[in-house]
Amino acid sequence: MSDVATQAAARARVGDGLGRWLQGSLGPVVAVVAVLMGLWYLACVPMNIHGTVNLARVHGFEAMPEGRKARAETGTLSMIAQNPAAIAFTFNEEKPRLPAPHQVAGELFKTTLGTAPTSKRSLVFHAWATLSATLLGFLIGTVAGILLAVGIVHNRAMDMSVMPWAIASQTIPILAIAPMVIVVLASVGLTGILPKALISAYLSFFPVVVGMVKGLRSPDHMQLDLLKTYSATSAQSFWKLRLPASMPYLFASLKIGAAASLVGTIVGELPSGGGQGLGARLLAGSYYGQTIQIWSALFMAAIVAACVVGLIGMVERATLRRMGMAT
Amino acid sequence: MTGVIGKSDLFGAVLIAGAFLADWRLGLVILAWLGAWRINSTLADSDLSIAGWLVPAIFGIALLGLWELVVQLFGVPLVILPAPSDIAAKIGTTTDLLWADFIQTFVKGALSGYVIGCSTAILVAVLVDRSPFLQKGVLPVGNFMAALPIVGTAPIFVMWYGFGWQSKAAVVFTMVFFPVLVNTVAGLKETTAMQRDLMHTYAAGYWQSLWKLRLPAAMPFIFNGLKIASTLSLIGAIVAEFFGSPIVGMGFRISTSVGQLALDMVWAEIAVAALAGSLFYGAVALVERWVTFWHPSQRN
Repeated sequence: MSDVATQAAARARVGDGLGRWLQGSLGPVVAVVAVLMGLWYLACVPMNIHGTVNLARVHGFEAMPEGRKARAETGTLSMIAQNPAAIAFTFNEEKPRLPAPHQVAGELFKTTLGTAPTSKRSLVFHAWATLSATLLGFLIGTVAGILLAVGIVHNRAMDMSVMPWAIASQTIPILAIAPMVIVVLASVGLTGILPKALISAYLSFFPVVVGMVKGLRSPDHMQLDLLKTYSATSAQSFWKLRLPASMPYLFASLKIGAAASLVGTIVGELPSGGGQGLGARLLAGSYYGQTIQIWSALFMAAIVAACVVGLIGMVERATLRRMGMAT
Repeated sequence: MTGVIGKSDLFGAVLIAGAFLADWRLGLVILAWLGAWRINSTLADSDLSIAGWLVPAIFGIALLGLWELVVQLFGVPLVILPAPSDIAAKIGTTTDLLWADFIQTFVKGALSGYVIGCSTAILVAVLVDRSPFLQKGVLPVGNFMAALPIVGTAPIFVMWYGFGWQSKAAVVFTMVFFPVLVNTVAGLKETTAMQRDLMHTYAAGYWQSLWKLRLPAAMPFIFNGLKIASTLSLIGAIVAEFFGSPIVGMGFRISTSVGQLALDMVWAEIAVAALAGSLFYGAVALVERWVTFWHPSQRN
């Protein structure tokens, strides 16, 4: 009797734990990611089946419709039905149309931890080339953006002249200028990290301007009037009220700006061809049909983006907590 | 800025005089810039109602004029920076080409991907909304995906769907999907318990309360996503063409013209892209104004 009760209690505890796990934020995220992974594996079969069956002799099984032409005319589903032996091989092709997750993970591992970071084959080397240009540009863009925002808030003429253009510039695809900037700067002798950094700077510039202006204007009349009754100068009210009040807005636009400037750097690396950086790696992969290389470069870019945005988020939380603004 | 001639004017005059002594061309450029700025600061301090659009217009025209002036006076070569007049002339002589590129990239690539991507995202969001578990999982994952450089998937889609517009539409689809999904899911949570209870007392079913209450309440959020997506779609379509395209399209024209150092053509395409991008955004904003007329941000 007591045995049954203990078992029931244990089961309840497990169920409770599972329930809590399901209600927390981690569980659902893991579940969604797992579903996406499953779909990815499933998609590998129809995506790669034609290529795998064409390589049947290498893998050592009979290709069902004889002849390449007949196979090209066969639909994906009937191809799978006729060649069940091929399914296992679709996850391990050398140049698949869609590499399986474990292939991408393996390539990522091989090119980061398995290769010296100074080698041109190392993804860390390329990621650093991209990240350093992104960070330099992001810094330039952010400082310039904050300075312009301060000018806009304190000068009415600047506000009315620049602000509409700053907002309008967010609706246009400025990224399209990237290849031209690289080539033009190269023709005047500027190569290396600086041209890429300039592209990433102007991509992060406008979000910072718009966000920072909003932030510096966020104190309401009450608060500004209070400082006036203290006979605070405009410099004092800037340092003690406007700047602290703008912090949440600044961090929100820093995240947008960082993501944008990373995209800018990657696109800026495209015209340089066989050069350094994740963009060059993407282009080289697409030239030579190295799909696994493309996917691993893409995931590296995602990891870099996640790290940069995550880092800004951590600084944001620490800053806001110190200022007593954290929720 | 109370007096007619202030301290800053004196400073400007000294600056202009100094620049003229050094190089008359530099002096002319600074004179033009400070002159335009002086007009703008006077206008901005006045209470004229037209100042609201006149000041930015003068600023824009002054920038273009300065650009023209610098290129003409200093003889900047075409392969570094073409003058606005060169670009305008190029647009005038290549309208047919620009129009064909616009159709290929904007209408076929960006717009089709945008429509399919946004409608799919809204549908998925409505489905996800039925399960609180899925909501909790999809929101962080979607937010994460929206911050990633998704435009990097372009070479993959070009490999899968070929050089035509279909691969560009696929890139645009992937780029716009997550921002719209996240915003719609967040928007569908916008209604208060009070409002939902009211629908309940009317004996409204799930679909009725979705259609009459929750979707309209989500509209400001959905349009926020749609506006972000409008900019992303054009970027995606242009950048995807850098990875392979037929011999037409804005991205194709930009990358080949850069290779030929025909920078006037590049700038002509950029002008078209800028115009298309802001008109597209403006159109979405206009529909938003019409749909969400009740929202505080739309009332003046």
